[in-house]
Amino acid sequence: MASLDPRIARAEPELWNLPQRPLQPLEHWQTYEVFVMRTRGTHAQHVGSLHAPDPEMAMILAKEQYARRSQCVALWVVPTDAILWTNPEDEDLFLPATDKSYREPQGYLHTRERIEQYRDRLKPIQS
Amino acid sequence: MIEALETLVFSLADDELLIGHRHAEWIGLGPILEEDIAFASIAQDETGHAQAYYQLLTDLGLRTPDEYAFRREAQAFRSAHLVELPNFDYDYGLALMRHFLYDAAEQVRLEALRRSSYDPLAGLAERLAREEKYHWMHARAWIQRLGRSTEEAHLRLQSALDQLFPYAWMLFEEMPYEAEMVEAGWLPPSAELRERWLTLIAPILTDAQLTWHEPTPEHLLALQGARRGVRSPYFDALYAEMTEVSASDPDAEW
Repeated sequence: MASLDPRIARAEPELWNLPQRPLQPLEHWQTYEVFVMRTRGTHAQHVGSLHAPDPEMAMILAKEQYARRSQCVALWVVPTDAILWTNPEDEDLFLPATDKSYREPQGYLHTRERIEQYRDRLKPIQS
Repeated sequence: MIEALETLVFSLADDELLIGHRHAEWIGLGPILEEDIAFASIAQDETGHAQAYYQLLTDLGLRTPDEYAFRREAQAFRSAHLVELPNFDYDYGLALMRHFLYDAAEQVRLEALRRSSYDPLAGLAERLAREEKYHWMHARAWIQRLGRSTEEAHLRLQSALDQLFPYAWMLFEEMPYEAEMVEAGWLPPSAELRERWLTLIAPILTDAQLTWHEPTPEHLLALQGARRGVRSPYFDALYAEMTEVSASDPDAEW
């Protein structure tokens, strides 16, 4: 099967030949998650989801759905069910048992001050 | 040459203006939200292309795009009858087939016009071709899928193709002044463009298991004259609706 990795299966319409599974009667279209890269070299960011019968059609519909109102240099589409996610009800995974605020950005706020205080303390010893 | 240029610009621009309007009639009625948005966006693109084509004449000191689009007498239009046809009973199969046949023609026309000896036109075609790439992807993707899906989808596409094919054929009816245009290197003869168009659509239609045949001369006789100013029976109602708002206050600033 051709890769669905967006970095490999580039949307060159002439090259598209992804396998298509015919939909069964009354089968719902699946949803795809859409990611937009605003400028070259930046991260693709999740912008929303849509319904489509297959990955190529998801790409085609995503273009007008999510890339028409602002700059976009690349689109990714991923079948929603290909994404593994944690249960938002279960926050234990992200709750620290002890104070780990030093890891957070504000933990670094006074680093420079502290370095300078330390240098000041060293000065009399060095001279 | 100004008559020749007007003929060419009107043929291109009027097609875009009217198909843009016909596609836009689907706004809010599309089969699913995602497709409704995509098709409406395509409609808006086509209207924008019409404006850009009219602007070629405006740049020569002639009338403005708004005047061409909304305040022109019916006989001055050069649109193909394909784009004047109504959406009838709103069968999306018919809308997609017209979109497919028309945008395939656009691919061929723009590819040729990019090499036009008339520089302003070549430059514009270069720009429009980039946006048209998406229209063609969209149209082709649906025909490829629906042609091979359910029996109903296939039947509806086939009946749309039967109905529209002769009209689409006439997109490439010879234009007045065409010999001069070809001589000047503005574009290749219409008959040659039609051959390229057939080469483009044939494999896709075949793959979708759809069949077509060359229209009979009698049939074509009944459809001819669009590029000389013969309007289809659907034009007047379409134009009255299109211009209703603008006619209510022709001098309004938008």
